[in-house]
Amino acid sequence: MASTNKIDKIKKGNTSVTNAEAKVEEKEYSTLNLGPTHPATHGIFQNILKMDGEIIVEAESTVGYIHRAFEKIAEHRNYYQITTLTDRLNYCSSPINNMGWHMAVEKLFNIEVPKRAQYLRVIIMELSRIADHLICNSVIGVDTGALTVYFYIFSLRERIYEIFEEICGARLTTNIGRVGGIERDFSPKVWAILDVFMKELPAALKEFENLLVRNRIFMDRTIGCGPITAEKALQYSFTGPNLRAAGVDYDVRVMNPYSSYEEFDFIVPVGTNGDTYDRFMVREEEMWQSLSIIQQAIAKVKKEPAGIFHADVPDFFLPPKEDVYNNMEALIYHFKIVMGEIIYYQAYTEMIKGAFLSDAILTMSSMNVIAGELDA
Amino acid sequence: MDKETLLKTVEEKLKAQFGDGLLSSELLVDYPVFTLKRDIICDVVKFLYNDEELSFQFLTTLAGLHYPDNKGQELGVMYQIHSLTKNYRIRLKVFFSISDPNVPSITPVFKGANWMERQEFDFFGIVFKGHPNLKRILNLDDLGYHPMRKEFPLEDGTREDKDDKMFGR
Repeated sequence: MASTNKIDKIKKGNTSVTNAEAKVEEKEYSTLNLGPTHPATHGIFQNILKMDGEIIVEAESTVGYIHRAFEKIAEHRNYYQITTLTDRLNYCSSPINNMGWHMAVEKLFNIEVPKRAQYLRVIIMELSRIADHLICNSVIGVDTGALTVYFYIFSLRERIYEIFEEICGARLTTNIGRVGGIERDFSPKVWAILDVFMKELPAALKEFENLLVRNRIFMDRTIGCGPITAEKALQYSFTGPNLRAAGVDYDVRVMNPYSSYEEFDFIVPVGTNGDTYDRFMVREEEMWQSLSIIQQAIAKVKKEPAGIFHADVPDFFLPPKEDVYNNMEALIYHFKIVMGEIIYYQAYTEMIKGAFLSDAILTMSSMNVIAGELDA
Repeated sequence: MDKETLLKTVEEKLKAQFGDGLLSSELLVDYPVFTLKRDIICDVVKFLYNDEELSFQFLTTLAGLHYPDNKGQELGVMYQIHSLTKNYRIRLKVFFSISDPNVPSITPVFKGANWMERQEFDFFGIVFKGHPNLKRILNLDDLGYHPMRKEFPLEDGTREDKDDKMFGR
């Protein structure tokens, strides 16, 4: 609540100024361009801010600086060539985007993915969730002036990327998985480094939390910063951790399970105020839940017959090379990417109204808005 | 409630309220899809939002559609709405002529529809009546056309600065 109080005090202080100036019927605001290429915006966003000193009176967002017409490109490509486009949406969680695309195709073609492949996918997706949340949460640290966490966490994220590299050969833009399963079985080395990672993650996460969760400065900066109510979050079609931080216990993995999530036991953390601290805490807890889901998935994989990693659909999975170029011409007629980021960012101008400029930066990083997905 | 029952329930409610405003209803893959007359779309969304049994209070997405061969019904909008409390998901569709691309905005019901409708205006040239700030969002303000319409090729055919031999276009 600290920062809200500060704002209230300053606003109260300003009221007298406003009244005094009201007599002259003139008050000058300054216009500030935040972005498009300001380092603190973590991407290419422009915000034209109307400032009353340090306080934002009005804001207008301009987006689209890196629009690449993915939907148009996708309508001209074969479906297996579209996976690489999904890498470049939210590039912090490429594997989840890849899986989303594969599952959409599988639904259209009515392909049943074998259980073992589904569990392997869950491992990949939850690793990716941890990597994404680590970045988002450590960037909140950076924006409050705590750079240490960011550097610490990069060594941990590196380990996840090493696992991805071992699975699919790529690190950031993964192009992981194929329609019907994944492209190849996990090698013994994947299991070995995954095992080491799972053993070391709890201690590293604990260390990360020690640096921020009860840190007085961090709490003062984030509690009450950029809040959104549950009603507003729903009105703006929020989903994911941003919605849960506002207090709505909706998780698509529970309500409409895919990839056998219904078999996993995990908690859906929710916040109360929908402020930056709640968003941070929800992501923090989700990482612990992901850890538990991965453990469950590893146990489940071990129970399944070994060596199965894709559905028996030769029409769609690894066709002979000559057919790849000639016969698979079926294109998607209307391609629509449902982008989370543009939904969150839309509410941004409303969330920062009346806040400090420095809190506006913090609010943006806590919403995990990534230009790649926003502009698609 | 399974998908067929949901389809029947919503169909009956919409018929009772809007009569022949409901043009057709069907189950597509795993979504009940309702095609409506375009002028009533905002009222339908509001009706489904306030209906206590259904309470479709979450707009997942909306998307522009363009079928150049459907003469007189070339353009369309698909709305995907979700009832979070009951976990029902349905789609609504409206179609209209490309020469009269107007459709009522649903921003009075869902705030989040604002930028979604701006996107469809930008890419398909669909004009959402009653939208508070209908201007381009991702493309240049002076682009001059709506690039997701089917008549526009992937790349500008007039360009000469790209070598097809090299990139295999």
